[in-house]
Amino acid sequence: MEWFSRNLPYLLAGISVGGQYALIAIGYTMVYGILRLINFAHGDIFMVAGLIMVYLSASLPVYVAIPIVLVATVVIGFLVERVAYKPLRQAPRMSIMISAIGVSYLLQNLALYITGGLAQQYPSIPWISDTIQVFGATTKRVTVITPVLTIVLVIALVILIKHTKIGMAMRAASKDFETSQLMGIKINSVISMTFIIGSFLAAVASLLYFSNYTGVVPTSGAMPGLKAFVAAVFGGIGSIPGAVIGAFIIGICENIIKGMGLTTFSDAFTFALLIVILIAKPTGLFGEKATDKV
Amino acid sequence: MSNVLEVKGLSVSYGGIQAVKNISFAVPKGEVVTLIGANGAGKSSTLRSIVGLVKPSAGSILLNGKEIAGKTAENIVSQGITLVPEGRRVFSDLTVLENLKVGAYLRKDNLEDDINWCYDLFPRLKERSWQLAGTLSGGEQQMLAIARALMSRPDVIMMDEPSLGLAPIVVKGVFDIIREINRQGKTILLVEQNANMALAAAHHGYVMETGTITLSGTGKELAENESVKAAYLGKAKNKK
Repeated sequence: MEWFSRNLPYLLAGISVGGQYALIAIGYTMVYGILRLINFAHGDIFMVAGLIMVYLSASLPVYVAIPIVLVATVVIGFLVERVAYKPLRQAPRMSIMISAIGVSYLLQNLALYITGGLAQQYPSIPWISDTIQVFGATTKRVTVITPVLTIVLVIALVILIKHTKIGMAMRAASKDFETSQLMGIKINSVISMTFIIGSFLAAVASLLYFSNYTGVVPTSGAMPGLKAFVAAVFGGIGSIPGAVIGAFIIGICENIIKGMGLTTFSDAFTFALLIVILIAKPTGLFGEKATDKV
Repeated sequence: MSNVLEVKGLSVSYGGIQAVKNISFAVPKGEVVTLIGANGAGKSSTLRSIVGLVKPSAGSILLNGKEIAGKTAENIVSQGITLVPEGRRVFSDLTVLENLKVGAYLRKDNLEDDINWCYDLFPRLKERSWQLAGTLSGGEQQMLAIARALMSRPDVIMMDEPSLGLAPIVVKGVFDIIREINRQGKTILLVEQNANMALAAAHHGYVMETGTITLSGTGKELAENESVKAAYLGKAKNKK
């Protein structure tokens, strides 16, 4: 019991940050599922969402700023795909990946230019930033909200993908562009939809994530982005449930390691995990099964 | 009888290599028309350019009198033509029923009648409605690919080598279905290497060699043509 109460804050923090990683990881895994592209700019979209919130909340009330952040991030994600990836649809996959790295640095440097390199204080969002008690542990309300909101959004997403027409088109297109076109599916609309969903979830994640930190800097997206990417690989890239479970595992493990007093090693653990997965089970926990009949 | 599909002077090139050279043919409404020929004769390229998966380098393609050459595949299929691709290409991670629904992607009306119609044509698919398409046998996948194409209620169904890689008994089933669909009023453009079966099922046929049409006639005429027999039907000239 004593062990439990001592570790509870770390466990809660782990579940919370795991949920935030999960929301980012879905963006990686969905884009990979359809384009076979690792969208390196995704973490930076997340950072940009944070900065937009910083600047908007300076002049607007939070409840107005939040919807604008969500919409603006979606628009940016959509435009990135249209401008930097769509023209390369027929190009070798390496070209589009390099383009993604280019977008990542572009967004970071634009952020550097706009912020002047100074950490921008993230606004405290009323209610979700309030301090509460959970089983005697003191934490912010966001810690409890994150996993709940993550699960609700994931369920909504799974329903969208399994039971709607656009979801069916997404599943079809992720397997075979050409045959999907023969069905009359507009591939570009399906791809845009994927980026819109991914960016929306990244924006939600940024609201939750940055509420736990004091500031946003141009590289703020790099580490959470990388960890979400590891989570997606761990879960089996292309699989949404895999990404979510991978993200929670990584978030919880990191924080338990912090709880053991090994904070310095918590990031190293995540990347060591990546190496171990790639060696032991390259397809991840829920990697694509090959059901194709040749 | 009016031609539902008319191809005039069609050419298709891949990076400087001309796969289809200035061919012309027509598909009359309600008929089965077949293109036969050896591997690499340009049959598949012809179908792929009609449906917009590759852009023709020259020529005109009229569907119900409207020019479709050079349009995108999504646009062309929305005008009432579809292709059952070579190798079946069913969506292996979707169920049989979902494959049928995706086939009707462009339709907004009720699909129930058409799904039941497909299940009547292919009772095996009805039994496997909830199975993932990837778990079906090759023959069943071919049936599903055809059923999926029917779901869009096309004016013309093009089929690219529907008998490829299937056991002889299954091939016979595929051709029975082609006849049955045609009997129910569908116009079919069929590409086949199995010239025997294709010519037997077709009203008209065209023989393609290295990108051009070298012979044409009714299915019966071609089946009895000496050079066709020698080249594609595996019958020596001196026999019979």
